[in-house]
Amino acid sequence: MTQPSLVTDQTIQERLVPFPKSHFLAASDLNPYVTPQLLDLGDAFVDFNRQSSKALDVLHGRTVVNLFFENSTRTSSSFEIAAKRLGADVVTMPVAASSVKKGETLIDTAVTLNAMKPDILVVRHSASGAAELLSQKVGCAVVNAGDGRHEHPTQALLDLLSLHRAFGDVTSLTVAICGDITHSRVARSNVALLQMMGARVRLIGPPTLVPGDADRWGCEVFHDMREGLQGCDVVMMLRLQLERMAGALVPSTREYFRFWGLDREKLAWAKPGAKVMHPGPMNRGVEIDSDVADDLDVSLIQDQVEMGVAARMAVLASLSARWGDK
Amino acid sequence: MTTLAILNARVLDPATGYDGPGGVLIENGRIVRVMHGAAEIDADQTVDADGLCLAPGLIDIRVKTGEPGAEPKETLKSASLAAAAGGVTTIVVQPDTDPAVDDPAMIDFIQRRGAALNLVNVRAAGAATKALDGQRMAEIGLMDEAGALYFTDGDKVIVNSRTLQRVMSYAAAFNALIACRPSDPWLTEGAVAASGELATRLGLSGSPAIAERIGLERDLALVEQTGARFLVDQISTEGALETLARARAKGLEVAVSVSINHLCFNEVDIGDYRTFYRLDPPLRSEADRQALIEAVRGGLIDVITSAHAPAPAEDKRRPFAEAAPGAVGLETLLPAALTLHHEDGLDLLDVLRPLTHGPAALLGLDAGVLAEGAPADLVLFDPGAPIIVDADALRSKSKNSPFDGRRLQGKVVGTWVGGRKVH
Repeated sequence: MTQPSLVTDQTIQERLVPFPKSHFLAASDLNPYVTPQLLDLGDAFVDFNRQSSKALDVLHGRTVVNLFFENSTRTSSSFEIAAKRLGADVVTMPVAASSVKKGETLIDTAVTLNAMKPDILVVRHSASGAAELLSQKVGCAVVNAGDGRHEHPTQALLDLLSLHRAFGDVTSLTVAICGDITHSRVARSNVALLQMMGARVRLIGPPTLVPGDADRWGCEVFHDMREGLQGCDVVMMLRLQLERMAGALVPSTREYFRFWGLDREKLAWAKPGAKVMHPGPMNRGVEIDSDVADDLDVSLIQDQVEMGVAARMAVLASLSARWGDK
Repeated sequence: MTTLAILNARVLDPATGYDGPGGVLIENGRIVRVMHGAAEIDADQTVDADGLCLAPGLIDIRVKTGEPGAEPKETLKSASLAAAAGGVTTIVVQPDTDPAVDDPAMIDFIQRRGAALNLVNVRAAGAATKALDGQRMAEIGLMDEAGALYFTDGDKVIVNSRTLQRVMSYAAAFNALIACRPSDPWLTEGAVAASGELATRLGLSGSPAIAERIGLERDLALVEQTGARFLVDQISTEGALETLARARAKGLEVAVSVSINHLCFNEVDIGDYRTFYRLDPPLRSEADRQALIEAVRGGLIDVITSAHAPAPAEDKRRPFAEAAPGAVGLETLLPAALTLHHEDGLDLLDVLRPLTHGPAALLGLDAGVLAEGAPADLVLFDPGAPIIVDADALRSKSKNSPFDGRRLQGKVVGTWVGGRKVH
């Protein structure tokens, strides 16, 4: 039995493609030409992450700052691991706990950080547009790790990488995004990227959680799960935030699960062999049944976590490819 | 006793509808003669207007200052300087300061301080409820006596319908004017932009247009019941205009104001999360903007305001949803209005009426008109002169102007208050 060949700096350099923009703020910063190349690079990083030696020099000498104004262990760790495996110096700033409480504005924080000369700023913030605002004020590349309910573009890219590995060609796929569309940055980024790559996207959820103008996004909108899932290749579930319950957008978790939670019975309406995704963390028994979530034959949820590191490595490496030898 | 004549002007008087050559003679701070056509006048001082437009000074009934309580935003002095530079001769200061202007001493304080500045006329609106809490009625009668021009809780909606009913009913005893922002607070909770495709794409909470109509329907029903004098403050949607037109057709006499920002900008301007366009109510669709312009043209709108709301950089240099709402506007009010004349075809008199005679008639002021005996509050402007707004050069302490960098057509050349040149 032959072992796969080692992924090295040279392998990566050969597949490296410069990122199309100076920052990665929204899925629309990608284009149909560069995205397949990023997926190819992501594939290389998946192989790399599976080998025992996990050290590259792509970002050697570079500083990546993780600026998380909103807590997120999963995304923060994913970016941290990605940057470290590329050889960067990584600093995770505890901003949620410090400067913000002292009344410093986001721009003050940015200006201060900018003076420390980072190369890449990874930002998560509860306000839509925060990453874009920062990108206008700093001299380094900014990666949006989720801004309010606006966009979460690396999540969309890692989801696409998961689908690419599971299905190969994504252009013929029909993907149903289900749940709280209104408040979901994951949904917005995925709609944009999946449509850019030629997939058909459906949105499914209760009318209180689907924007009234979502039909103008080029998606089909369904409020009935069974109807919406018919013929779908992929069922992408979204997390229902607990505060939405307090906001009375749905009557109760049990009613939500009854009509919009994914279980075997509803999944049976999708195409045979359909795959299930979830950006995590999951509310088991609210938006998804454990029976489905843990079934490795249908669930790509663990793959998504693995692809998260690879996709983020691809983004960070690709951004650095813009810099040349500066 | 000196006399001043402004001659050779294009006189514009929305109160009489006169638009033609002429001038005015001023004595003791008042207009003693209005000339239509050329006239030989002996005066101690003469200003040759050289064909520029002479109109009553603007009356801006919705001006926020930081004084008292937040002077770094704006003081009465900086607001007065900005007003004078913008051809605004009377400002009515909003009560939502800290502390709120909710008793006669505060009304007196603002008016005395404004008078001491000796720039423009500074008047005050009183709070409708104590500390703007929407629950306890403020001293409307005493504030009315002290000179408050109208009563409002500013940007806060009086949610409790019983309180608003009592405020309206009580104010009627003093023939006092009550102003309210029409809005349903539940539908607009947390909203920072107009509901719609753009807000959804930007991930911003949207304020649906129906919220304004629902709020207006409630307010008008209470007006009908109590017989209060009422101003619909800051209308922004086509749907609410239709509701208003229906109410007027039924015979309900209510006044309505709109901000210059909602006549000049639409929701698309918030693209890229530019916080200078974060306004309350939010900027609406182009269809709404066009409907508002038509309402000005058709006379449905009584008052155009600057909705002057200073916010310092630290309040605006934030993510869109976290930035303070509002924009400064005193100095750009007239140039922006004149740009509406040029770009949207509004007749000059139709533009000037809600800036002068409209608010004066609503508030019972003897200003806003070019008539013998009226105060010589005047503005001389060049309607064709192009300007580029430079927010940093504005007199306001805060520089949050959505017109920053915009080309406008129309320039204030001179401002007189009580016959005295203040700009």
